[in-house]
Amino acid sequence: MMLGRVQVPTTVRKGEPFEVRILVQHPMETGYRRDLNGQAIPMNVVDKLACRIGGREVFSAELGSGMAANPYIAFYVVVDGPGTVEVEWSDDRGERGTVSTPLNVT
Amino acid sequence: MSLKFFAAFFAWIPAYAGTTAQPQPLKSGIEFQSVDVQRLQADDFGNPGMLWVTRGEALWKDKCASCHQDAAVSMRGVATRYPKHDAALGRVVNLDERIRACAARNPAPVALALESEPLLALSTYVSRQSRGLPISVATDGPAAAVLARGRDIYFQRQGQLNVACTQCHDASWGRTLLAEKLSQGHPADWPAYRLEWQTLGSLQRRLRACYFGVRAELPNFGAPDLVALELYLADRARGLAISPPGVRK
Repeated sequence: MMLGRVQVPTTVRKGEPFEVRILVQHPMETGYRRDLNGQAIPMNVVDKLACRIGGREVFSAELGSGMAANPYIAFYVVVDGPGTVEVEWSDDRGERGTVSTPLNVT
Repeated sequence: MSLKFFAAFFAWIPAYAGTTAQPQPLKSGIEFQSVDVQRLQADDFGNPGMLWVTRGEALWKDKCASCHQDAAVSMRGVATRYPKHDAALGRVVNLDERIRACAARNPAPVALALESEPLLALSTYVSRQSRGLPISVATDGPAAAVLARGRDIYFQRQGQLNVACTQCHDASWGRTLLAEKLSQGHPADWPAYRLEWQTLGSLQRRLRACYFGVRAELPNFGAPDLVALELYLADRARGLAISPPGVRK
């Protein structure tokens, strides 16, 4: 299971934009590196990341090998009701990771 | 013979021979980093080292909390006292080795390799509990000989470049070496996330990078010389507040 962190403000207001910050632990291997024995290290990056709030997808991204290890993603979003922020991602090896946090809407 | 005579006789001995020479004022390594890096370290969410804190917290709750309870209480200030002489192990060890020894002898023994992800996560989480507290290592008793060894290494020229730690970190700190600002070489904020590594590493990994930089033979992780150097650096940075996990270029 891969590790990630997600942060939202402690309270958000209906109809007002707020920031969602996501940090995923991942080596983001480019496929161009070699190990100490000269063997090529296969490419392994987070290829897809999606964020859902209350079941509805509000953000998705396809990351490439140009992104540094442990990718950090932040975006603004508006909600019209309470829900849970769920982030899900998968990498080239087919491993998946999820992280979620409740959203306190006033 | 009068006391005055002795005072005059010993006056020529360099300051470091008796006590530790501290650069003044003491500046943590983060002060020599760019504003971007300083902001990244100060950001409790964006600091990538916090991923290891999160993982360490989960491991702590799973494996350590049954004996050591709440780390915020039981581990507060612990990181500031390492490297330390451990009676059970019979030598001076750093925090990573101490955690490793504890994991190996607890009711359900786990073998943790030095510099492995779980050990780094645990040592980062434990170090985090001492955030803002000053370094205060013990250098008396059995640690005194190790401190002396560390001091010798610090002032010893080594590697193909034939330079000693002191030449950069005492004589030239604050000046620019290629694209880098030379720091005072303090062990505050470690373990740290180093952008060059794209991952988090221990102080020993950073010291090995210095050995590599002067083209000297790299000591292995856990080598007595590295621990001795760690102890000398901690003594030299006595009183400096730590803030792990750090972020460095």
